[in-house]
Amino acid sequence: MDDLRHIPGTPVFQGEEAKRGYALNKMCFSFNEAANRKAFLADEEGYMERYKLNEEQRAAIRSRNVLQLIAAGGNVYYLAKFAGIFGLNVQDIGAQQTGMTIEAFKAFLASQGT
Amino acid sequence: MARIIGGLTTSHVPSIGGAIARDEQQTPYWKPLFDAFVPVHAWLEEMKPDVAIVIYNDHGLNFFLDKMPTFAVGAAASYDNADEGWGIPVLPSFEGDPDLSWHMIDRLVADEFDITMCQEFLVDHAFTLPIKLMYPNAGPTWPLRTIPVTINSVQHPLPSAARCWKLGQAIGRAIESYPKDLKVVVLGTGGLSHQLDGARAGFINKDFDLLCMEKIVSDPVALTKYSNRQIIELAGSQGVELMTWITMRGALQGKVSTVTSTYHAPISNTGGAVMLLANEPAEMAAAAE
Repeated sequence: MDDLRHIPGTPVFQGEEAKRGYALNKMCFSFNEAANRKAFLADEEGYMERYKLNEEQRAAIRSRNVLQLIAAGGNVYYLAKFAGIFGLNVQDIGAQQTGMTIEAFKAFLASQGT
Repeated sequence: MARIIGGLTTSHVPSIGGAIARDEQQTPYWKPLFDAFVPVHAWLEEMKPDVAIVIYNDHGLNFFLDKMPTFAVGAAASYDNADEGWGIPVLPSFEGDPDLSWHMIDRLVADEFDITMCQEFLVDHAFTLPIKLMYPNAGPTWPLRTIPVTINSVQHPLPSAARCWKLGQAIGRAIESYPKDLKVVVLGTGGLSHQLDGARAGFINKDFDLLCMEKIVSDPVALTKYSNRQIIELAGSQGVELMTWITMRGALQGKVSTVTSTYHAPISNTGGAVMLLANEPAEMAAAAE
């Protein structure tokens, strides 16, 4: 069996994260529906309460910080739906996680294609 | 008998849907991807496949962590696309082929692939965008029937490359034992290298992508030797979508040749690759020689 831990800069979503992040990911999965995205924006705290997020997850949601959300058990496929609420695409979240400006991150992507 | 006439691989990044909606196909950023499909269109026009088997990974539209099948096969009369939460347009429904689905399911389980069978199946961008790229002017109905086959890429452990290769072979055997005269094209959508999460977000490995594109034609078994850890290291955490390519290739059991092959990076955060492979039945290829 593969050991998937300790790949530099690379979180791998395994059973441990699935267990820990369930409530957070379930909330993010609900954001597939526009009505739920609207309900979240209308009452973020109430919406998080409905899904019984733990304190770490609530703080990560409030911070809009992707690395913090991943640390709280978030899975990138579901977190992408949370990011979508704010119109953030994968370059925006890439820039945030790497500490680059959007322009620098896009330039980094382009540099690897040449 | 049903016959697999070819295999198509393509990246499926969601922003392709946005580019189509905004009519940006000919902008400098998007032109290389959309132009890669011009020879695909000519081939489809000539070959006119009846059915597409679409091998892809669900991105949290149809499956949640409550129940996460390693491999799932659709058996519905039609497949709906739906809102995925980030605002790309929802495409019209896709007609299924339930008789072929059940034939595949029967054969796959008999072949020791314990797949999940689904009579309701929402299809996401990884299914819809490749078909839209193949048939940009179709609508509101599509010119071929479809069957979704998904490989888990959300929740580790994921199946190995070697297992996906064998699944592809079993899919190939299943289709080619179907008694109706059908022309089938097998799609593997995803990849190539990319990583969305973590401090290594934005990682692309052009050299590895080009190696995969070479091996997928000439020596696909070489790709089945990589462990999942190696694929993550070499292609990024979402580079595991390479599994869909390997599965597609496993289904092509005849003489395989390249119709078109294009690489362009980056497309969004991804090493963008489009390949169309023709599959000539082994006995026909032998007779021609």
